[in-house]
Parts: sequence; structure tokens; C-alpha cells
Amino acid sequence: MDPEPFGGLLRRTSRWLVRASAVLAAAPLLGGCQMALMNPAGPIGAEEKSIILLATGLMLIVVIPVIVMTIAFAWRYRASNENATYAPDWHHSNWIEAIGWAIPCLIVLALGDVTWASSHKLDPWARIPYAGKPLEVEVVSLDWKWLFIYPQYHVASVNELAMPIGRPVHFRLTSATVMNSFFIPRLGSQIYTMTGMETQLNLRADRPGVYQGISANYSGKGFADMKFKALALGPSGFKAWIARAGTAKARLDLASYKTLSMHGVARAATYYGAVDPMLYDKILNRCVDTTPCTDDAPHLATTKPMTPDMAMRMPASTSKHKS
Amino acid sequence: MSPVPVSPLFGKLTLDAIPYHEPIIMTAVGGMVLAGVTVLGLITYFGRWRWLWDEWLTSVDHKRIGVMYIILALVMLLRGFADALMMRTQQALASTGGAGYLPPQHFDQIFTAHGVIMIFFMAMPFVVGLMNIVMPLQIGARDVAFPYLNSVSFWLTVAGAALVNISLGVGEFAHTGWLAYPPLSEPTYSAGVGVDYYLWSLQIAGIGTLLSGVNLITTILTMRAPGMTMMRMPVFTWTTLCANMLIVAAFPILTVTFAMLSLDRYVGTHFFTNAACGNPMMYVNLIWAWGHPEVYILILPCFGIYSEVIATFSSKRLFGYTSMVYATVAITVLSFVVWLHHFFTMGSGADVNAFFGIMTMIISIPTGVKIFNWLFTMYRGRVRIEVPVLWTLGFIITFVIGGMTGVLMAVPPADFVLHNSLFLIAHFHNAIIGGVVFGCMAGFNYWFPKAFGFRLDPRLGKISFWFWLVGFYVAFMPLYALGLMGMTRRLDHLNNPVWHVYLVVAMFGAVLILFGIFAQIAQIVVSVVNREKLRDLTGDPWNGRTLEWAVSSPPPFYNFARIPHVRGVDAFWDMKQSGEASALHAGYSRIHMPRNTGTGVILGGLSIVLGFALVWHIWWLAGLGFAAMLALAISHTFDENRDYYVSSREVARIEAQYFQQLSPEN
Repeated sequence: MDPEPFGGLLRRTSRWLVRASAVLAAAPLLGGCQMALMNPAGPIGAEEKSIILLATGLMLIVVIPVIVMTIAFAWRYRASNENATYAPDWHHSNWIEAIGWAIPCLIVLALGDVTWASSHKLDPWARIPYAGKPLEVEVVSLDWKWLFIYPQYHVASVNELAMPIGRPVHFRLTSATVMNSFFIPRLGSQIYTMTGMETQLNLRADRPGVYQGISANYSGKGFADMKFKALALGPSGFKAWIARAGTAKARLDLASYKTLSMHGVARAATYYGAVDPMLYDKILNRCVDTTPCTDDAPHLATTKPMTPDMAMRMPASTSKHKS
Repeated sequence: MSPVPVSPLFGKLTLDAIPYHEPIIMTAVGGMVLAGVTVLGLITYFGRWRWLWDEWLTSVDHKRIGVMYIILALVMLLRGFADALMMRTQQALASTGGAGYLPPQHFDQIFTAHGVIMIFFMAMPFVVGLMNIVMPLQIGARDVAFPYLNSVSFWLTVAGAALVNISLGVGEFAHTGWLAYPPLSEPTYSAGVGVDYYLWSLQIAGIGTLLSGVNLITTILTMRAPGMTMMRMPVFTWTTLCANMLIVAAFPILTVTFAMLSLDRYVGTHFFTNAACGNPMMYVNLIWAWGHPEVYILILPCFGIYSEVIATFSSKRLFGYTSMVYATVAITVLSFVVWLHHFFTMGSGADVNAFFGIMTMIISIPTGVKIFNWLFTMYRGRVRIEVPVLWTLGFIITFVIGGMTGVLMAVPPADFVLHNSLFLIAHFHNAIIGGVVFGCMAGFNYWFPKAFGFRLDPRLGKISFWFWLVGFYVAFMPLYALGLMGMTRRLDHLNNPVWHVYLVVAMFGAVLILFGIFAQIAQIVVSVVNREKLRDLTGDPWNGRTLEWAVSSPPPFYNFARIPHVRGVDAFWDMKQSGEASALHAGYSRIHMPRNTGTGVILGGLSIVLGFALVWHIWWLAGLGFAAMLALAISHTFDENRDYYVSSREVARIEAQYFQQLSPEN
């Protein structure tokens, strides 16, 4: 029999606990590699980080005193403390109540201002100022993989997104399946993808790197594997990536798209050297199966981009309807 | 996929519906069946069927119905918590690249069931149970306005819970997430019966809740004791009123939304489909137009509980009663104009997002006022740190943190990165555990002696509190961190050694909460064993302020032999001050009471049959079940023998007994 039957387990557990506490203690310092949202790699994420910190700071002004007061009052006025004043019928004070309403009001006023300004500035539709043309990427969420089409370069890729650092990327997004959410935590803002509808998103990567991209909205069985790599590349690296994708033999047309869109997880990235230029619009308007798009697919092709000031983003179906 | 054959006799139901090949599910089913058989066996062994039927199942007494609601809540807490533990272990085990022990389709059902059970069948029955037990006593009423309807409401809730549990052993539950967003919940993507179980169990329970809302509102508006003006109602009664207003306004939205999704699934309409101009965004809006008020349906009564507890145990009148009432009403109204904050990332414009963000923040103003008022109730009080007070203090500290992270996510650009992350999960558990569960536990410990005539063991109560509190922080603080690291919710497996550490810590926190639950079970058992030592003879064990403490514990079935006259806030406190509380009255008049009826429990049983038949497309059985329900409900209306009078002599006898208990020799 083992002389110390639990010794091994104990030792392993304690070693594990030491390691765990070391990692936890170092977590705030590790911000660099682990706290994705606290370590943004682009301007959108950076602004969102500062909003999170600012709003938290503003609220701590009231949260910390409340926690301190809770403990202090309960301790000071504990029943066993005969020295504390006892005023059983005291239940109203205009001053305290005025302050009780005023403090949250003031904080909400400040936060409201931040909210209004930042909601507009960081609207996913809002273009990031740039002298040249932003990189255009059309994104389609499939079960359970991401398709990226580069209309300016006539290439496409699955589960790998490349972008040049410093150049804004303008995403147009839709889904060929259930709702998903397109999200690269290190770059900021996510946005839902929905069938028959288009959402838009503008991001920019400033630091080169390989960032994790995910779907942030549960979409069924293969959801956990619906990840992609977002490559933020230098100008030459991006050019090389495009060139390499361009040499891929596979062509993304209706037939190969249908194969691609079948259920399943894509483990490795794949590339398409050529793309049917109308494919994204056909997917968006749900007429991949009916060529050309006709009226019985009521979602008529519309290549006009939606404008950000449309209060509720219209589904493509409501934009135009030929009779 | 080939269409599932539908037999005229059994619908889609075949023997394959029982998941024999899933050892985990079969073990769970076996455990549940065993527990059920044990309970039934014990009842038979002790020959308690008659008693169970006469005294409990057919009861229309609001106190008994309230107790049964809470038993349902506690049982479902165990089920929902088992789901939580499974999720935490799965994520801890499957975060370094392995697959864990739960395949995705099982994990996905577990997180769906966890959410559904905890909200609809744990938190709701707990809160509704407390409202049922306490509110009529607080307003000096003898029962609710519609006692029979109350019984129906309860049994419909039980039916919903039963259907969810049946789905474990026969078929499957939804794997869509607890709100079943289409298009994922449409037949194209969820062809099985899971979503149908989801829809029918919540439809049935939801109708029960709606009826209960109507009942409790009517009770408060029409049955208050003379002198109890609206601005003299105890705060718990106020919050009950507001929560039930929300129920009546919000639950029809849920019913209609689910009806539309059912039509999509059953008859092929296109309300929310991808195809044929359906619009899933509509569903998301509708479900949250119910869902956000639902949050306040749960939390408002808990705010009421804290208000009662803090005033009673500070031996001091509640600070800022009027403010408290206005704050409650403000929250009630505002809760209907914030729903869009659940989907800022769906692409509404900046104006819309900013509007809903700011409205959400505005709700924190009345909530903040409430917290200040609780603090200043303790100020210059004599705070007895009993178990309900511990839960209240734990609540204030925990809830302000949850409130802070909630307001943070109300800023749309912050939500753009935090949405659907574990930060969100941490936030709403912070608010729901810290707010609703702590409130229910405070109320449970506070009112238990009223319902049963003896107190709960305070030592085990404190142990359970500390396990829950520490467990909560250990379980959910790592999730906040994981959210900031970019981890999204509902992942059945992942591969990240650093996240793994946090997930293991979170699992450990869940185990601490499990010990808290064990301590609570032990608390109940020990208290029942020691009930003579913990006996409350006075009916007023905490030196209470409101009318529920003016009667014996447990109260006589008619509550008040004489309806009290109310002269201010804290009616019972005033009575004690003026010395009229303990005065034995000379004569009593006879009391008009409702008779028990089995209609409610039978309707509940039939609705299980109806729901089950609809889930499995067994049309003849569904028709039969529905017809039987209709016939029974109609025939009940012709039942003339449903009330009786308690003679004045009987009342005098019961009251004399109570006053004898009160006498100094005792």
C-alpha cells in the first residue's frame, strides 16, 4: 500500500494552488498579454478601454463610500453598542434625501454625456478618418466558420482575416445562418451578423500581431470552434498575404460556396484566388439559389451601402421591392 | 433531413426519445425518479395521502400556496444549481484543449435549462411564494382576492416546471440559450422537440404567473384593512404591487411572442424566420420588452424584503418611506424603456443606442436612493445582526458592485466589447444572486417563523450565508476578469491555459456555494428537529413593525379574527406602542372563508398532459387535454359549494389559545 495515500494528491494540489495563485496575483500585471480589452491594438478598442475606465472611476466615487458606509453603520449601530445614539423615530431628513437623490443624478448626468458622445463617435457605422481608401471586407458567418471576401483584391479566405496596420477596415457583414457576432477583442467593437440584413463595422489595427477573432453570439453545436485569426500585417506583409491568397487555385463561386456553407467546423484557414463579385450581395439578399435574383426572392439585390444615420438598420428586404 | 414520421397515436414520440445512451442524463433521471419514488413511498408509508390532499394540494389558503411555491423554488434551485456545477466543471475541464465530459449538444441544453429553471422556476416561485405568504397578512386581509385562482396559478407553475424536467428523460430540452433567439430556435436549426418543451412549459407557467399578478394586484387595491391608505402600505406590499403591475404588463408580451414562435414552428408561419421576410430582430425586441421588466419583477419584491428587514432589525422606522415608494414606482415605469440595452450590438443607430443607454443609467438613480435609505435606516438604529440582516448587508455590498458593472455596460461602446462576454455573465449573476437570491434568503429566514411557528437555526443560517457570500465572489470575480480577457459565454470547450486557471477558481467558488446550499438544507432539517427549542409563541419573534407579526405563528387560517384598524406606517409597531396589540377582544363575528378545491391541482395535471401532447404532436391527446381543462374550469364555475362560515365560537376558541400562549407564564 502507498505509505502516504493522499501525499501525492496533496502535493499536486498544493503545487497547483501555488501556481494558480501566482497566475491570479500576476493577472493585473499580465494585462499586456491576457487582458485583451485592457490592451487594445487599435483606436476603437483604445477608446472603449478608456470609456470603461472612466465610467468605472466615476461610479466608484459613489460605490466605495456606500460599501464603507454599509460596514461602518452596521458596526457603529450594532445592537450591542450602547454608546451609539438611538433615535427610533427618526426617519426623515430633507438634507440627506436631497443628497441621496442628487449624487446619483450628478453621476448619471456625467455618464449620460459620455454615453451620448461616445455612442456617436464609436458608432460601428462611423468611418475612421483616413486619407486613402479603407480596406473593404465582406464578412459572412456560416455554420460554423467565417468567410471573408476582399472585393478590392478579388480574393477570399475562411477563418483568417488579414489587414494592413494603420489602414482602416470597413466591414460589411451578414450571415448565411443564425445570428452570430463578429468580434476581435483586441481591436474593439463587435457587431451582430444576421441573415438578409447587413451590418457594418469600422476597425483599425495599429500594432502588428495575430489576434483571436470569435463569434460572440451562440450559434449552435459548433459555436465554440467558430474562431478565426485576425492578422495585423505590415504593408509588405499584407501585400504578400493578398498575393498568396491570389495564387490559391480554389475559386469562390456559387458551387464552391454551397459546399463551403454546409454545416461543419473549419479547422484550418483556406483561401480562394478568385471570387464571384456578386456573391456577397447574393448571400445578403438570400438569392444564392435563384440566379438571377428575382422577385420571388423578395430580397432584391442592393449594392448601395446603407447609411449610418438610418435609425434602425433596414433589412435589405425593405429597401426596395420591385413589383 | 427527412421529416420525422408522425404516428396518429403517439405523434413524434417513440422509444428512441429516451436517451438510454447518455449515461449522465440517465443517472440524473434515475436520481430524480428515485427521489420522487422515495417521497411518494414515505407519504404512503406514513399514510399521509389524505392529509396531503386535503390540507395542501387542494388548499386555497394563500399561506399554504406560498409555502408550496417556495418548496417548488427550493427543489428547482437544486436542479438549476446542479446544471451550474456541471457547466463550471465542464469549462474547467475542457479549457486546455480537451473535450471535457459533456458533448456540445448536452452542454448547450444545460446552459439553456439552467437559465430557464433559475429564472422561471426558482426565482419566480420564490418571490411569488413570499408575496403570497406575506402580503395579505401585511395589509390585514384574510386571503387573496381570488383564492381558487391562486391555486390554479400555482399548479400551472408546477406544470411548467414538471414539463422542463420531463424533457430530461423523454426527448431533449432546447439548446438555444434561455431566451431561444430565432432563427436558431426555428425548425430549420432546431428540429427536435427541445424548443417545443421550452415553449409550452413557459407558456403554461407564464399564464399562471399572469393570473397570479391579476390576483395580487386586486388583493392590494381592494382588500387593505381600514385606514391603510396607499401611503401607509408596508414597503414590501408596495414592491409587490409594482412587481405585479409589471407582471400584468409584461407577461402578455411573452405569451404573444412565444405564440408567434410556436406558429412558426407548428404551422410554418414566418414571423421570425430568415426566409420569406421573417424578422428575427422583432423577436429579440419583443422578448426583451418582457425580459427587462422581468428583472425588476424579481428584484423589486426583494427590495421590499430588505426594507422590512432593515427597519425591523434596526428597531427603527424605515428612513425616507415616501422616497422609497416613489423610487419603486419610478423603477417600475422606467423598466419598460430600457430593453434595447440587451442588444446594442444588433446595429441600431447611435441615437437609439444612446437613448436606451441613458435611460438605463437613469434607473440607477432611484436604486441609489433606495440604498441610501437603507443605510440611513441603520443610522442611529440598534442593528441586531441576525441572519436576515447578514443577507441584507451582503446584498448592499454585492449589489452596488453588480449595479456598477451594469451601468458600465449601459454605455453602448463599453457594451460593444463586453456584450455576451463572461463579464456580462458575472454582472447579471452579481445582480440576481446578490439581489434576488440574497433577498429570498433574507425573506426566508425572516418570515419562516411566521409560516411555521418556529425560527430557523441561526448558526447554520450564518454558516450558509458566509459560504454563499464567499462562494459568490470566488465564483464570479474570475468571470469578470475572463470577460476582460475576451472570453465569450456558452463555450463548451476552449484552449487557453491562463483562462483555465480562472475557470478552475470559478468552479471552486461554485463548490463553496454548494456547501452554502448544504448548510441551508441542514439548517432546515436541524430546525425541524429542534423546533420546540426554536418555537415562537408570541407571533412576533423579531419585534416586528408590520401587521403580519400581529397574529400568531403560524397564523390561523383566517389570519385576522378582527380586521385591524391602521393609523400609520408600521401599523403593528403603533399598536404595540399604544398597548392594543395584546388586548384580547371580547366578542368575534363569524368569518366567511373559501372552501378548498381540487380544481387547481387537476387543471395543473391536465396542463402537463396538454403540454406534453403538444410537444410530441399527439393531437388527439392535446385536444382531449384541452377539452378536459375547459370542461373542468367551466364546471367549477357552477360549483355553488365553495365557501363557508367559521363560527364565532370557533374563532373565539382559536384566539383564546393564542392569547394563552402570549400570557407571561409562557
